[in-house]
Amino acid sequence: MTEDTKFHHGDAAGDQAPIVEMKDIEKHFGNIIALAGVSFDVKPGECHCLLGDNGAGKSTFIKTMSGVHKPTKGEIYFEGKPLHFDTPRDAMEAGIATVFQDLAMIPLMSVTRNFFMGREPTKGKGLLKRFDVEHANEVCMEEMRKMGINLRGPDQAVGTLSGGERQTVAIARAVYFGAKILILDEPTSALGVRQTSNVLATIDKVRSQGVGVVFISHNVRHALAVGDRFTVLNRGKTLGTATRGEITPEQLQDLMAGGQEMAELEGSLGGTV
Amino acid sequence: MSDSAQIAGDERVKKEPFMTKLMKRPELGAMAGVVLVVIFFAITADDSMFTLAGVMNFMTPAAQLGILAIGAALLMIGGEFDLSIGSMVAFAGLFFGVCVVTWQLPLIVAIPMTFVFAAFVGAVNGNIVIRSGLPSFIVTLAFLFILRGLSLVGLKAATGGSTQLRGVRDVVENDWLAPFFSGEAFGSLFTWLAANGMIDTFKSGAPKVPGVPVEILWFIVLALAATYVLLRTPAGNWIFAAGGDSTAASNSGVPVSKIKVSLFMLTACCAALVAIITVIDAGSTDARRGFQKEFEAIIAAVIGGCLLTGGYGSAIGAFFGSIIFGMVVIGLTYTDFDQDWFQVFLGAMLLIAVLFNNAIRKRVTGER
Repeated sequence: MTEDTKFHHGDAAGDQAPIVEMKDIEKHFGNIIALAGVSFDVKPGECHCLLGDNGAGKSTFIKTMSGVHKPTKGEIYFEGKPLHFDTPRDAMEAGIATVFQDLAMIPLMSVTRNFFMGREPTKGKGLLKRFDVEHANEVCMEEMRKMGINLRGPDQAVGTLSGGERQTVAIARAVYFGAKILILDEPTSALGVRQTSNVLATIDKVRSQGVGVVFISHNVRHALAVGDRFTVLNRGKTLGTATRGEITPEQLQDLMAGGQEMAELEGSLGGTV
Repeated sequence: MSDSAQIAGDERVKKEPFMTKLMKRPELGAMAGVVLVVIFFAITADDSMFTLAGVMNFMTPAAQLGILAIGAALLMIGGEFDLSIGSMVAFAGLFFGVCVVTWQLPLIVAIPMTFVFAAFVGAVNGNIVIRSGLPSFIVTLAFLFILRGLSLVGLKAATGGSTQLRGVRDVVENDWLAPFFSGEAFGSLFTWLAANGMIDTFKSGAPKVPGVPVEILWFIVLALAATYVLLRTPAGNWIFAAGGDSTAASNSGVPVSKIKVSLFMLTACCAALVAIITVIDAGSTDARRGFQKEFEAIIAAVIGGCLLTGGYGSAIGAFFGSIIFGMVVIGLTYTDFDQDWFQVFLGAMLLIAVLFNNAIRKRVTGER
């Protein structure tokens, strides 16, 4: 785990009050129990990793958090107050931003136009109210520079960016528009090694700005590289939350896979998974 | 990762040559097309084509088509099609004709009523497309026939059996609003220019070109307004976003349905404007008005750089696309060629434009 040393791992998990606290969340779809009592919380400036194998309920859980699904049972507290999100828009306005795998980016449009899509800055009044392109370009270039990406120009089409860069644009956009909680749905799953480390570096930068990051992944290495706390989901239930340093990659891996068979497999694969 | 090195500049990015930058503009194809067509006619056509009178001669049909094409281009950028605009011209023409001839309404009432009526039909079109989720191609194809049929039936009902409604000119002739929608503008300027020998005159001393036909002014104003909206307003960004990927756009808070319905309404209003101008100009309205204009408008928009898949294009492109169209249709009469070459030419232009746009899109999105 050479990546360990790259990032600061703050004191976030300490005594600060969580921004979002979700208690015993259950979600049923008809007779299917997708979530059977999941508890989870995020504190400012920490990266809380949500791990689990396919079908563990990760996606259902974050969709509950971002207002797409309403929980069947359980409570959500936002900054200490009980809260119900009716639409994703409500969650977004409260400060919970989700970067889904499809990123909500339009390849044919420029980075700036994508960055401000639906929230364009304007100047002037009445009929002269117009899209403040200069300001938008400046902000966009500046925000991207902060994330370590130098654009050719603000009019560069998103289609010409790499997967990791697009991910970074989406993250930068969410942070710029005041996200307190940033939910990243498997941001590294389709990326190469170099791009992955760029995204992980971005997560680190976002965290240092005091944003709470929820990092969904099924890759233990990526999670351990930036995570402060780790919660493992299995078959719709929380298997427990561990703080960084309390748990080894092997233990995490076993928890995710449900234990037994993985130990056998690992022997034959030589610890490469 | 060392941030300072990155901020200093990315060594992998070469400075973009001017030509490459130009290549990325959606309207480039249409501008190049205008240059090619001008060169072609400069060689083959009679010299009188590029005199002031000749230019007005080909700009008039270009403008009538262009008003439709700009509406069609905005709608295409927004990701939808409207095949019913040609029929809409006839239908709005019928409504306008009935307003002024049968009901004897003054233009100040008749013109807004025609626009509201057209916007309503456009809204019906748009709402069906949005709510059903069907391709706009099919829905508006249905309206192509429905509106054309209604125009025929309506004309017969209004005139007692004829498919032409006459007498529009007599009733609007003295209306104070008529000069905005018919005839020529800047008449006194042209008379002054003629008197000072700056433009060609008849023997009587009257200028050969009495003024700029109003549709050309409408055409230019609309092209400028549409370009401003597209490039410099939030609504423009929403149009691009709605056409580029409507799911991503609505996830980002863009009111996609509202944008698309408004664009359908705008396109219908463009058709109504053409209807009003041409009906006053001709003094009558008939059921064949605007026949096949929907295809010509879409061709002009595509030549102007609009992608059939939406999310890309420009109003200025449609402007030049329409001028190409006008130059070819009128220009051939100044040459020795058979006029029916026009359709061959149009089809070939469309094909070249689509191939060109496809290549451009790949360049922009970085596909190889």
